[in-house]
Formats: sequence, structure tokens, C-alpha cells
Amino acid sequence: MAEKLIFELGRIDREGVSIPPDDLESLNIDELIPEELLRKRDPTLPEVSEVEVIRHYTRLSQLNFCVDTHFYPLGSCTMKYNPRIGEKLSTLEGFTSLHPYEPDELVQGVLKIMFDLGQYLCEIGGFDAITLQPSAGAHGELTGLLIIRAYHETKGRKRSKVIIPDSAHGTNPASCTLAGYKAIEIKSGKDGCIDLKRLQEELDEETAAVMITNPNTLGIFEEEILRIAEITHSVGALLYGDGANLNALMGITRPGDMGFDVLHFNLHKTFAAPHGGGGPGSGPVAVKKELEPFLPVPVIVKKDGKYTLDYNRPLSIGKVKSFYGNLPVIIKAYIYIRMMGAQGLKRVSENAVLNARYVINRLKGAFDLPYNKPPMHEGVLSGKKFREYGVRTLDIAKRLLDYGFHPPTIYFPLIVEEALMIEPTETETKETLDAFIEAMLKIAEEAVKTPELLKSAPHTTPVKRLDEVKAAKELKLRWKEYK
Amino acid sequence: MIPKDLKYSKEHEWIKVENGVGTVGITQYAQEQLGDIVFVELPSIGREVEKMEAVAVVESVKAASDIYTPVSGKIVEINEELNSSPNLINEDPYGKGWIFKIELKEPKELDELLSAEEYERLITEG
Amino acid sequence: MPFIPHSQIDEREMLSSLGISEKEELFSHIPKEIRLSKELSLPAPLSEIEVEQEIKKISLMNKGVNEYISFLGGGSYNHWIPSTVEYILSRGEIFSPYTPYQPEASQGTLTILFEFQTMMCELFDMEVSNASVYDGASALAEACLMALRITQKEEVIISSAIHPEYRTVVKTYLESAGFKVKEIKFREDGRTDLEALEKALSSDTAAFAIQNPNFFGIIEDIKGIQSLREKTNILLIACVVEPISLGLLTPPGSYKADIAVGEGKSFGIPLNFGGPYLGIFTSKMEYVRNMPGRIVGETTDTEGKRGFVLTLSTREQHIRRAKATSNICTNHNMCAIAATVYLASIGKKGFKKISEMNLKKAHFLARELGKRNIELLFKSPFYNEFAIKVKNPDKVLEAGLERGFLAGLSLKRFYPDLENSLLINVTEVHDTQSLEKFANFLGEIENG
Repeated sequence: MAEKLIFELGRIDREGVSIPPDDLESLNIDELIPEELLRKRDPTLPEVSEVEVIRHYTRLSQLNFCVDTHFYPLGSCTMKYNPRIGEKLSTLEGFTSLHPYEPDELVQGVLKIMFDLGQYLCEIGGFDAITLQPSAGAHGELTGLLIIRAYHETKGRKRSKVIIPDSAHGTNPASCTLAGYKAIEIKSGKDGCIDLKRLQEELDEETAAVMITNPNTLGIFEEEILRIAEITHSVGALLYGDGANLNALMGITRPGDMGFDVLHFNLHKTFAAPHGGGGPGSGPVAVKKELEPFLPVPVIVKKDGKYTLDYNRPLSIGKVKSFYGNLPVIIKAYIYIRMMGAQGLKRVSENAVLNARYVINRLKGAFDLPYNKPPMHEGVLSGKKFREYGVRTLDIAKRLLDYGFHPPTIYFPLIVEEALMIEPTETETKETLDAFIEAMLKIAEEAVKTPELLKSAPHTTPVKRLDEVKAAKELKLRWKEYK
Repeated sequence: MIPKDLKYSKEHEWIKVENGVGTVGITQYAQEQLGDIVFVELPSIGREVEKMEAVAVVESVKAASDIYTPVSGKIVEINEELNSSPNLINEDPYGKGWIFKIELKEPKELDELLSAEEYERLITEG
Repeated sequence: MPFIPHSQIDEREMLSSLGISEKEELFSHIPKEIRLSKELSLPAPLSEIEVEQEIKKISLMNKGVNEYISFLGGGSYNHWIPSTVEYILSRGEIFSPYTPYQPEASQGTLTILFEFQTMMCELFDMEVSNASVYDGASALAEACLMALRITQKEEVIISSAIHPEYRTVVKTYLESAGFKVKEIKFREDGRTDLEALEKALSSDTAAFAIQNPNFFGIIEDIKGIQSLREKTNILLIACVVEPISLGLLTPPGSYKADIAVGEGKSFGIPLNFGGPYLGIFTSKMEYVRNMPGRIVGETTDTEGKRGFVLTLSTREQHIRRAKATSNICTNHNMCAIAATVYLASIGKKGFKKISEMNLKKAHFLARELGKRNIELLFKSPFYNEFAIKVKNPDKVLEAGLERGFLAGLSLKRFYPDLENSLLINVTEVHDTQSLEKFANFLGEIENG
């Protein structure tokens, strides 16, 4: 029996949790507000008891694959284990009960955590100043690009474009557009890395920034990074770093030392905060000294042992959201860094790379490895050899669900046909990695011998393969009472 | 498979010209590559367009492809049926799945397009 | 080492399968000049016991709405949260998945988001909702961008009675991309000046935006706003920052909003010092292809069973790249789930009751203050927030702290002209005794 929607449960007039009685019965709504301002029809909301609520959402939750129940090697997403201590401590009432407009002296503890986390992130990335305001990686990209725009404008430069490689995350070009820049995509070289010659050809006085990820989305370290930074800076452009892949680098090398001027972090990737099924995340943006004046307001400042929110920053880009940042995510990242320390973070990156290389090495025979360079924390395989059996990468992904594994990222990066992007992370045991490898090898055999098994997969999930074409054509985007 | 009487662009559009008006659609090969088409964004009638300008968008669930006009001119008619039945492009790409009609400004531009044979070579050799 | 399971034996086996003996060799291709030569300078690692002790200590350095009776609102309203919400959010199946890109393995998240979209459509009286964006402020900025896309125009007009931080965010988002943002003043009664608005509208205007109730808690002249919308081709963007009000007040769809956005913090989300909150985003169906963010749609599986998927993805950055409707990738999923469980838990009747309690308690306090000769700054209908005149707001706030009150928000922080006023918010968490106590405190300080 399929799970019903909450609207299909309950009965008319059934009530859920108890609400205190009205002790102001003497006040009459009609006397408080003119009738013309009142709504005419009550919204249709569920009419269910508390037990129905808990059963319904508990049962729905059980339909999800998640890190707590399944290996989740989703490339570019760093689906590492989320320490329970972060969940426990970030929900302490000393954090959850703070109003954003309280005077600074009442919130010194929380400002201290935000300030210190900013310092730690600057140290890990090799930067001088930071904002914790952005809500996600893409939000950080927008913030970083607006900072770059403000920097150029104060120098009296009107620049129009940002150069990105064709292997970039889709958010990169979209953020460029949002920041008022034209995104110029350059073709990657034969080795999957930035093609220096093409970059040089595109770089000019119109270039505001070059936006890259290192390691790139193939999981390959851009070994020419210093040269890239040099030629970027030579035309007065800045180097923007997408920090999605920072899990490969902590304690090994720092983006700031490679020549990046701006970097966004993803606290929900690298720093073990959960993804929440799609947010809230947190995308702090760190910058070099000369970009500090442009950070969004407020900036947390420490003076004489006191923390304050500083709004007096005339060159600031403004704000990208209300208030200051996603606090529980920030607290979780703070706790993670405090528990790992310098050596621990280095070991995180070492083991993230070790695990990825181990998995890719064992799978590169059965699948194709389109760019044969040593992967860092993730690697990209191709399933194109199975096309002749009518099997696509999507089918491989769906079949993995039957084996109890969340699939890798598929069809990304776009420069790899039938791409499978695998990021195991450092938190997985060798037994889990081996079991995943065995499943992938088994599926590679099935693709040849019993392709139908893949094409009709998944077989064991709560629903079978879903018709996305029908969804896009019919556009049923809300529940309605069909009579 | 590939109709002989049409002209083709490298971007997989076809055009058929009658009395100075060209009917434009996408090829069988292009619709196969896109998969099930779920939405078509049509141009507005009367719009003046330049050769190779993006004038329409054809969407599947996983891709959105710009449709470029193979010639310059003025859009004079659009296939409204695609609004309710975008899958006509899958079912009958050279017939009921046409996308727009354009009044040609420079008929000479047709000479720069591919013949059926040339187009066939393009898609088989890649 | 916490959270890293490998033993030395594991590592040795794995390294040797790669034909190397030291982990160092994994990084041998990174240029020497950029390898870190020393350890990162971070505090020494703490065990779980130690970190717990430290964080608890830090949390106790903070004082908030548990220690003080708070009248702070201004876009972040302190509401009661049923225990059901916290419980569901604490489940690993809810907080530890990624975005539901594999629908067959994500029916839990997708079904809840579909319910969320339905609830938002109902509350806002709009035809379509997305699965949420970051917060109310970024939702308003995205709404303005959407209107600019739909109309292909250059400028939006916003009321200065919209939350000041929201206006800053709108300007940050729009002005860099070359769009213009014009502000319209509010009248002496605290409502947006619709005459000035009408005069400002021109053929360059894509949309005008209002907040209802506005930043001062005042309910706008929605009849006037509706007729302005109907007279022109200019899109109406409505923003609801306190959506608990929608249990009573006319929803945006009913006064003909084209795009309606809001802040969903009030629906089961803790104050959390300002985030994460919940960006609600709804519109008319005809504009759905211009919407930013994720949208969940209903479909069936190969056996005809109902299921849910992310749909209309061709609008989004991972497919459309530079031409996407927004750069947004993630939504604020956990917050959307909190809102869904909240609304399911309090239900149809409870929602209306809570909405009424907010209105009544706020008006009760306003009357109590009136009895003590403390005047309202604006003479217009208000919901659960109102501005009062005081002689010296800083003095009131300071004295309030001593007496156990967070006595409101000084408006001069955002409106230098409104220097002698406080913005006061009342919700269902205030009992009548504490409202009376607060009225007495203010009465003493103002009249004493």
C-alpha cells in the first residue's frame, strides 16, 4: 500500500497538538481589523491527530536512502558521515533561542564561534578575511563574484566576462549571469585540465575573473595552477575558487597559496554538516586582504576581547540574505574542526584521496577511465562501453539501488560521456568500499549478460522507475481534492 | 530516412521553402538525441531574426536545446499545436512537428545550408 | 582519529594495492612550491567530552528569549514549536540524504516537499509553489529577477515599508546585473504611499513589491494595491514575512499578486540567531517556467503507482547553466520539512487559532499601553507587531534588559527619521500576565 499524502489522512474537525485556550475571548476580531482585510476562505490544511503526523512522516522518512543507512558515493557532494555530536550541540537552547536583533553583549558566545570558525577557515584555505553569510555553495559563488565586481568597480574598471572551464559545476555559469557577467566557457585540454593556451587567448582587459575548481570536477589536480594564477593576474583579473572539492586538500596545500583570491567553502560538504536532503547548507566566502572591504555586512569584529557586528563598511556589496548565516551549520563545522585539529584534517584529506584512488583503481578495468590521471578525492568513470547492450549510465545507477548503494553522480561533468562520478569520502570502511566495488563489477557483468535487468531497475525500491516525462508534461505540482 | 527535398543546418534544423516562406523544424536525428520532448518555447510572430539566431527552445526532461533559424527573415507563423502536444516533434519531425515559418530575407542564404546527402554524412561521421 | 575508520592495516593494504607505500605519494604530483611545509595552525584537537563541555560553556554565554521576555520581531518572530517537528527533523533519514536526484531512493523527501508546495499554495492562495529558497529576503530578490525576466524590463519599484534588510538584499542582487530598484515612501499612517507608487510606475517598470503586513506590522491597503495591479500591466510581487498572519488576513493570490514570496521561519523553525530560515516562493501557473529553484511534481512508476520527482529541471543551473532562471542549487529542505510537519501538527483549526491569538494578544498589549498613555506611532490596522512612540528608545531598551525584557527593536536603526520609536512584536508565546507586566514597565518609564 502506497503511503498516502497528509491531506488524504484524518477527518474533518480532527485536531493535532493541543493549543492553549483563548484567554482574550472578550476581544472581537471584527473590531480589531476591518473585514475587507480578512481572508474569505480558510486554507485547506491537514486535519489529523498527533499520532497520524508522527506515523506519516516517520514512514515517509523510511523511504529515503541516506548516509545513515547507505553508502552514498555521490561525486562533488562529499557525503561523509555527520557526527552526532554536531546534531546534539547545535540544538542547545543557548543557540536556538537567540533573536538576531539582540544586543551584541547578550550573544558573545555565538559571535565567538562565528569569529573563530572564520579564523580557522581562513587558515585552512590560506585567506585573510571571511563572511559566513551565504546559505549554500551557489550563494557563496554569487557573493564572491559580487565582491570581485565591486573590487573592479572601485578601481574604475568595467569588466564584462568571467572565464570558466567546460567541466565546471552548472552553478558557476549561472552565478556569473546573476552577477551581471557573461560566462565564457573554455574547452578543457586533452588531459581534462585547463588548456593554458585557450585560457591565454580568452584572457583580456574585459576579464573580471577566472573561476575554477581545484581539484577539478574530474577529481584531477590542476598542476599548472600557479601558471594559471599568474596569467590571470597579469591582465588584472582575479582567480575565483569553487571550494566544492576542498576535501582533497586540507593540510596538504592551500588555495590561497596557489594564487586564488576568493574561495567559497561548503560547510555541508567538507566540514561534515549534513546535507538535509537539500539544505540548509552554508557557503562562507574567504578573500585576500585587498578584497576585505567588499565583504557583505555585517562583519564580525573582535576588539579587546569583545565581539561586535560591524555594519560600517562603505564599500560592502550589501547583503545576500537577511541576518548573518546558518547558525547550526556553522556550529557543526566549528565542532568538527575543533575535534579534528590540524593533523586530523590532514588525515581526512589523505584518506579521502586514498579511498577514491582505491575504488577507481579497482573499477577502471570494468568501466572506462576517460582521463587517466591520478584522481584526488573523487574520480570519473564512463559507462559508454555498455551502450552497445542498450545500457545507459542511468540504468547502472538505478541497478545500484538494488544492491543497497546510492549511485554516484551521473552525467556530470558534461565533458565525459555517460559519466559516473564517484566520491567515497574518508568516513567509509574498507569493507564498504569493497562491497561497493563488488556490486559495480557485478553490474558491469549484468550489463552485458542481462541488460534487461538494468534497464528495468530498480526492483527493490518503494517505487519502480518513475516517469519523469509524464511529470514534466502533466505538471501536477500540488495536491488537489479530485472529485 | 532523410528527406531529399529539404535543406539542413549543422545544428540539425531542416527548412523547406515554398513561395519565399520557409518551414523550419528539427531532424529525426535531433529528436532522437533529445528524447521525449515535453515543452517547446515558440518565437513570437512578427519577430525579425538573423540567420543562426536562437529563436525557439525544445526541452526534454534532461536537456534544453536552442533552435536556431537557418535563415534570416521574419517569423510569420508558429506551430501552436506544439503547446499542447510537444511530442509531435518526436512522432513526426518533418511533418506535424514543424516549429515555425519564416519569410526569407536573403534567399541566397539557402545555398550555404547542407543538402540531404551532406547532412547524412555529418551525422554518420560525427 | 574520530570519524575515520581505517586502521593502519587497512591503509597499508589499500596503499599496496595502488603500488605505493606511503600516503605522501598520493600527493606527489602536486607542485612542491604549493605544498604546505608546516602543519595548519589550529587549536589542538578535542575529544567528544571536551568539545561538549566547551560548547555548552559557550552556549551559556548567550542569553535569549528563554532568559528574557522578548518583544523583538522585525522579520524573525518567536513562535511555539510542537515537539513533533523537532522529532521528525532529528531522524537521520531526514537530515542525512542529499538532494533527491534519485527519486526512487528519495520518495520520503519528495513526498514531503509535494505536501509543502500544496500547503504554501493554500496559504498564499497561489497556483504554484517551489520547494523553497534560502530565506524571505533572497526569495524577494529572486521574485524581482523573475519579474524582470518575464517582462524583459529594467526596473522594479519597492515599498520602503518592506523589511530594510530585504531591500538591501534586493539591491545587492539586482543592481550588479544592471537593473534599477526604486523605493516608494510610506505615509504617515505607516502604509505604503500608493499615490506615489502609481506616479512612479512607468513603461520601464517590471513589477512593484509590497510586504503585508509590512515591516511596521501594518496591514496594507490591499484593495488599493489590487486596483493598481488591475489598472496596469505591471506585475505585483507580494511578500509575507509573518505568514502566521495568513490564518486571518487576505492572502496574496486574493489581491491578485503575480508572484508571492515569504519568510517561513514562523512555521516550526527556531530563532537560531537569524538562520537557517525558509524562503517561500509561489506564483501564478503561467509563470512557472520562469521560477527559480526546485519543483516537485507528481507522476507514476512503471507499474502505475504514484510517486514524486523533481520536475521542470530545464530551468535550473545544472542543465541550463548560464541561461538558468537562477544559480540556486540547494533549497532549504530541512526548513521546508519543518514547516510541513508544523502545519500538519497544528492543522487547519490550530492554524487559525494561533493566527487569532497573535492578533488578539498584540492588540491587548497595544490597548494596555494606550491606557498608560503610550501611543501607537501609526494609526492603521496592524497584525501582531506595532510601533510605539517613546521618549528615548535606547534608554527603554537598556532599562528593559535590567527588568528582564528584550523591549523591542529601535526603528531608528533602519529609519533615521523614526528616532523615538520601538517596534513591538507579540505572539502566542506571551501570556497576558507578562504583557501586563511589560505595559507597566513601559508606563513607568515613559510617565515616571
